[in-house]
Amino acid sequence: MTLTLRALMGACAVGALATAASAQDTTITVATVNNGDMIRMQGLMDAFHEAHPGIEVEWVTLEENVLRSRVTQDVAAGGGQFDVMTIGTYEVPIWGERGWLTALDDLPEEYDVDDLMPAIRGALTVDGGLYALPFYGESAMVMYRTDLAEAAGLEIPDEPTWAQIKDAAAAMTDKDAGVYGICLRGKPGWGENMAFITAMANSYGARWFDMDWNPEFDSEPWQAAFGDYLDLMTNYGPPGASSNGFNENLSLFQQGKCGMWIDATVAAGFVTDPEESTVADSVGYAVFPNKEGVDNHGNWLWAWNLAIPTSTDAPEAAKAFVTWATSKEYTQLVAEEEGWRAAPPGTRQSLYETPEYQEAAPFAAMTLDAMNAATPDSPSVQEVPYAGAQFVAIPEFQGIGTAVGQQFSAALAGQMDAEQALSNAQQLTEREMMKAGYIE
Amino acid sequence: MARAVTNRRKAVTTLAAWLIGIAIFFPILWIIVLSFKTEGEAIKAPLEVLGSPWTLESYATVQERSNYLLHFTNSVIISVGSTVLGLIIAIPAAWAMAFVPGRRTKDVLMWMLSTKMLPPVGVLVPIYLIFRDFGLLDTRFGLTVVLTLINLPIIIWMLYTYFREIPGEILEAARMDGASLRNEILYVLTPMAVPGIASTLLLNIILAWNEAFWTLNLTAAKAAPLTAFIASYSSPEGLFYAKLSAASTMAIAPILVMGWFSQKQLVRGLTFGAVK
Repeated sequence: MTLTLRALMGACAVGALATAASAQDTTITVATVNNGDMIRMQGLMDAFHEAHPGIEVEWVTLEENVLRSRVTQDVAAGGGQFDVMTIGTYEVPIWGERGWLTALDDLPEEYDVDDLMPAIRGALTVDGGLYALPFYGESAMVMYRTDLAEAAGLEIPDEPTWAQIKDAAAAMTDKDAGVYGICLRGKPGWGENMAFITAMANSYGARWFDMDWNPEFDSEPWQAAFGDYLDLMTNYGPPGASSNGFNENLSLFQQGKCGMWIDATVAAGFVTDPEESTVADSVGYAVFPNKEGVDNHGNWLWAWNLAIPTSTDAPEAAKAFVTWATSKEYTQLVAEEEGWRAAPPGTRQSLYETPEYQEAAPFAAMTLDAMNAATPDSPSVQEVPYAGAQFVAIPEFQGIGTAVGQQFSAALAGQMDAEQALSNAQQLTEREMMKAGYIE
Repeated sequence: MARAVTNRRKAVTTLAAWLIGIAIFFPILWIIVLSFKTEGEAIKAPLEVLGSPWTLESYATVQERSNYLLHFTNSVIISVGSTVLGLIIAIPAAWAMAFVPGRRTKDVLMWMLSTKMLPPVGVLVPIYLIFRDFGLLDTRFGLTVVLTLINLPIIIWMLYTYFREIPGEILEAARMDGASLRNEILYVLTPMAVPGIASTLLLNIILAWNEAFWTLNLTAAKAAPLTAFIASYSSPEGLFYAKLSAASTMAIAPILVMGWFSQKQLVRGLTFGAVK
């Protein structure tokens, strides 16, 4: 063998090794939110590495608001720090439209994209293209204490009206015993109190904007919805409710201090967990209430989704990961490792058809109904110029929603009355919409 | 009689100092207490929390879930690195302003301090874009440079104040003995200013250790320090107080221990010159 030939063969071998090494060494960085389902997935990554030995996954887990600001900054500036981002149904349509996300239309057949919940799939679709895959989804519903209802001689219907909720709250309230008829969100923020109040307003027939983008807080449905919210919370709610969010109400309900709690369906898993909840055995469920004569149950729809920013330099590896993490196989894996109750809810129809899941999660049927009832393209019974659910899917909504939320929270804290809060909300929303160029 | 009043006053002052000290330390104490409780117990009313059993469950979970050592190493490198780099720049700068002041020295000092008057978020986008273009995102080097620049005005101001307390005649004497500028700063000025430099160093390490705006915005997985480690334990849906408290305790423990051991040095430096 000549020296040249040896050298050539050596070079080829080194080249082949380098190629193999680079295929082995694709590392993707996943930005995610800190919730139980996401943490569980991090513990089950061995299965992914087994199926995709060439892909390493690095996790960046952050609190929701920090995550939102980090990924927004990264995707807008093309920072390329993250290959997969966990984003909500609020971001997907806005980012998809701006071309910041990779379209996920050529999914493998075994992924069974038609199995995704229609409402969620619709919320992640922009101009016919799918821009994110749902990891877990939720709607909202009423959770109530069956023992307290029984003791008060109440029968809470499957589809209660707000008037019935008010009667039930009055009957269940026993302030001397530290039991409050109803717990609702009061902490200010577009994803905090405004998520609930927007859904409640939807169910009263209210809308955020008319077809010319003029805010409608001075309308009769908004006045009725917010007036009833304050009335319920002032008379039958826990003290200090203006600083209560999901977690604070969860804690109150788990400790037996709430007769009813209306919030995200994902809460059902927590309140029925015997290790954390003192009332795990006595929780009943009902559809999100509506006002008599208004055919709308709030339209709450939210999902945490995995999306691939266009700035990634490893799109194939990122795609392999997001399809694995949102697949039927992953659901099956969670069920095998941690039981059906831990399966990520609200994304696939097949989960709700699984008898084992129906048995393990008594709240499954109600969750499915609530999610199927949501119509994010038409959140109100009135015609609206926006898409959304318990939010309005425009970039300005984060700022406006939080500012309005502060007014409503102040009213709940007794610093102003309902009329004043709605008037302030109207003014500040008008001003912001004018600044953003929606209205003149 | 006069002695009795003094004693009473002493007792009252001591009591007040202890009360203020406890009030300041209480949030940290509460975090430590919660870190030894289960999630269910941690969210209960304060008195119920104290009566419930103690557990290491949250520490075990945090240990299992996160790479604490990586975050800790990043914190040490970034905080010590940025402080040392800052001192290397600040000592000559403070020397010049303290001993060879010009007509505009006061203005320069004020200008440097004025950079602290702008909220950091005001320059986030330009700095982020510069980091992106220079490939500095999620690197310890990039973060060290940013934290150096952020804390430089404070370092220079502190050192300037200490240097002003040192009589210029001593430096003049060294010069007359033939010391070069380098030797004057290294062998005459620096040893005399050790307490001041030490307290500046300690204070800036603490500031850099706790910095949570730039460290969260410019890092992802590789260079993320302990601030990012804490941020990963807060949750919008689900109970998290105990785990968050455990993560916070683990993050503040090293700096708390360092502060405890160096408190004499810190106090000496901060009161430097006051009783001269």
